[in-house]
Amino acid sequence: MLKTLLSNDTPRSKILTIVVLVIFLGLALAPFLFPGVRSLDTAARIAIFIVLAASYDLLLGYTGVVSFAHTMFFGMGAYGVGLASLHMGRGFHSIIIGSLAGAALAAAFAFLIALFSLRVRAIFFAMITLAVASAVAVLVSQLSWLTGGEDGFTFKIPRELGPANRMGEFLGVKINGKLLNYYLIFTCSLLLFLLMLRVVNSPFGRVLQAIRENDFRAEAIGYRVVWYRTVATCLSAATAALAGSLFALWLRYVGPDTTLSFTIMLDLLLMVVIGGMGTIWGAAVGATLLVLAQTYLQDLMGSAATATEFLPLLSRLLDPDRWLLWLGVLFILSVYFFPTGIVGRLRGSK
Amino acid sequence: MTSIAPDHKPTFASVPIAERLANALPVLLIPILVVLGFLAIGNPSSWLTLTVSGLAMGMMIFVMASGLTLVFGLMDVINFGHGAFISVGAFVGISVLFGLAEWAGAPSLTLNLIAIFLAVLAAMAVTGLLGWAFERVIVKPVYGAHLKQILVTVGGLIVIEQMIHVIWGPEEIFLTRPEMLKGAITFWGAALEKYRLLAVAIGLALFIAMRLVFRRTKIGLIVRAGVENGEMVEALGYRLRIVFVGVFIAGSALAGLGGVMWGLYEEVITAGMGEEMMILVFIVVIIGGLGSVEGAFIGALLVGLLQNYIAFLEPKLALISNIGLMTAILMWRPQGMMPVVKAK
Repeated sequence: MLKTLLSNDTPRSKILTIVVLVIFLGLALAPFLFPGVRSLDTAARIAIFIVLAASYDLLLGYTGVVSFAHTMFFGMGAYGVGLASLHMGRGFHSIIIGSLAGAALAAAFAFLIALFSLRVRAIFFAMITLAVASAVAVLVSQLSWLTGGEDGFTFKIPRELGPANRMGEFLGVKINGKLLNYYLIFTCSLLLFLLMLRVVNSPFGRVLQAIRENDFRAEAIGYRVVWYRTVATCLSAATAALAGSLFALWLRYVGPDTTLSFTIMLDLLLMVVIGGMGTIWGAAVGATLLVLAQTYLQDLMGSAATATEFLPLLSRLLDPDRWLLWLGVLFILSVYFFPTGIVGRLRGSK
Repeated sequence: MTSIAPDHKPTFASVPIAERLANALPVLLIPILVVLGFLAIGNPSSWLTLTVSGLAMGMMIFVMASGLTLVFGLMDVINFGHGAFISVGAFVGISVLFGLAEWAGAPSLTLNLIAIFLAVLAAMAVTGLLGWAFERVIVKPVYGAHLKQILVTVGGLIVIEQMIHVIWGPEEIFLTRPEMLKGAITFWGAALEKYRLLAVAIGLALFIAMRLVFRRTKIGLIVRAGVENGEMVEALGYRLRIVFVGVFIAGSALAGLGGVMWGLYEEVITAGMGEEMMILVFIVVIIGGLGSVEGAFIGALLVGLLQNYIAFLEPKLALISNIGLMTAILMWRPQGMMPVVKAK
C-alpha cells in the first residue's frame, strides 16, 4: 500500500527514511507541535516549496534541462488565483478556476518556449527562459491596472478558510479557518508530491532519464527526444503553477517579489542541487532545509554579526542580508563535491 | 582511342544574386531597420537622436557580449557568471573615477578622457584577473558538462555579486559623468548626447580592432580555427587550452569595460546591474548565433536600435520588443543569424 503510494521509489536509506518521516510528521502535525503564527507560516512555505522544488527537479534532475522561468510559472498560478478571486468574487469556485487557468497558461507558455529552444539546442533553453522570465516580470510590474504593479494586491479567500471561522479547540490549539487552510495546502502539496513521484517512476520518467544520460542514444532507440523534453517541461510548469496557486491561497496576496523574483529562482536552484538532483526526495529535503535556513539562519547570522562588530570585514560578511553569499559558496561546493546532493550521499552510504 | 579519364566539364556558375542577398541579409538588416525607423518616425531630428542612442546602446551591449560568445565558440563553455564581471568592472571603474574626481570634474576634455581611460584600465585589469581566477576555480573542473557549467557559474555570479555588497555596501551608487561629457551637441537640429557619441566611437573601434586581430594575426587565426575545429588545431601542435584561458581573460576584461561604459551611461551602478544586462547579452548572443562575434555585433545593434525606436513609437511595447525580435529571428534562422559552422 505504502509502496504503491510512493510509486516503489522509497527513500532507500535508513537515515533518509528518518529524515523524510520527520519532515512529513513535522508538517502534518505542525500546528500542534509548533504553535505560533510564524512556525505555521514556515510549515506552509515548506510544504509549498517542496512541491515547487519537486517540479523543478523533474526538469533539472530528470530531464537535464536548466530552466530559469520556473518562478514565472509559479507566479502564473499565484496570479491566476489572485485575479480570479478579485474579479469573480470570493469562493472556492474562483480558486479552482484560477488555479486551472494558471496551470493551463503555464503549460501553454512552457510549450511555446520549449518548441522554440529545445528544437535547436537544449542549451538555448536556459538563456531563452531567463530572457522570457525577466520580460514577464517587467511586464507584470508595469501593467499595474491588471496586476497591481510592484505592490501586488491582496484578495479575499473563502470565509471558511479565514481566521474568523472559529470551530472550537483541540489539544489546546484553536481550530479555525486558518488551520483548515493549512491542512488544505498540506493535503494538496502531498498529493502533488506523490504525483511527481509517480511521474518520474513511470515509463515516461525512465525515458527522461535516458535522455538526460545520452540524448543521442535515446533518439537512436526510437524516442522522440524533443517531444519528451517538451512534455516534461509542460508538466513541470503546470505543477509549478499549482504550487503558486497554493502559495497565493496561503498568503492571500500576490506580488512580483513573492512569486516572480529572480531570488526565488536562485533559492529553487539551491534547494534542488543541495537536496540532490534527480531524486524527488532530494527536493523535499532541500526545500525544508532552505526554508528553515531562510527563516532562522538569518537571525543567527544577525547575532553573529553583532558579536563580531569589532572586526569590520567579518561582521559585514556575516550580515544577515549576506546569507545568499554563504549559500552561493555552499552551492558551488555541492555541485563539485556532492553532485548527487544530500540524498545521493545518504543513499550511497547505506 | 578512348580516354580513361572521365569527362570533366567544370562549370563556373556565379552565385545567383538571390543567394548572395540571403547570405548578406543579416548585415543588411541594420540599414533596413534604420530606414524603417526613419519612415515610422518621420521627424529627421528625433530619428537621428534615437539612432545615435540606439547605436550607443548596441555598441555597449556588444562590448559585453563579445567575450561571452567567443568563450562559448572556442570551448563550448557557457558562462552565466559573465554578468558578475560587468558589475565588478563598473564598481572598480567608478571608484577610480571618484578617486580622480579632480580630473573628471575639470573642464578639459583631455583630462576627462585620461580619467576615463585610467578607470577603464583599472576595471579591465581587475576583471581580467578575476576572469583568470574564475576560469581556474569555477569553470575548469566542469569542462564538457553544460548542466554543471550553468549551475556552477550561476553560483559564481551569486558569490561575486554578494562580495560587491560586502565591499561597496548594499546601496546603489549615483555618479555624474566627467565635466566635458555632460550635455549634448546639436547637429542638424538633433540633440546628440556627447557621451553616446563617445560610446559609439569606442564600440566601433573595438569591433574593428577585433576584426583586424581575427583576420590579420596568427593568434586570431588560431582562435578562429579553434572555434571551427578545436581537435584539429591541437593536433597541429597548438595548445588551445592556453589560448582559451587568454580569450576568457580578454572576454572578462571586455565585460569590465562594458560595465564602466554602461555605468557612465546610466549614471547609477548597482550590484545587480550585470545580472540585468546579462538578459540583453543572452538575447544578443542567441540571435547572433552562439560563438559568432560578427553575429553578436549585428545582434547588439539590432537590439539597441529596435529598443530605442519602439520606446519612442510605442513605449509600452518596448518591454517585449527584444523578446519579439528574438522570436522572429529564431523562427527565421533557428541557429541564430550567423551560426558558427562546427566541423565535427
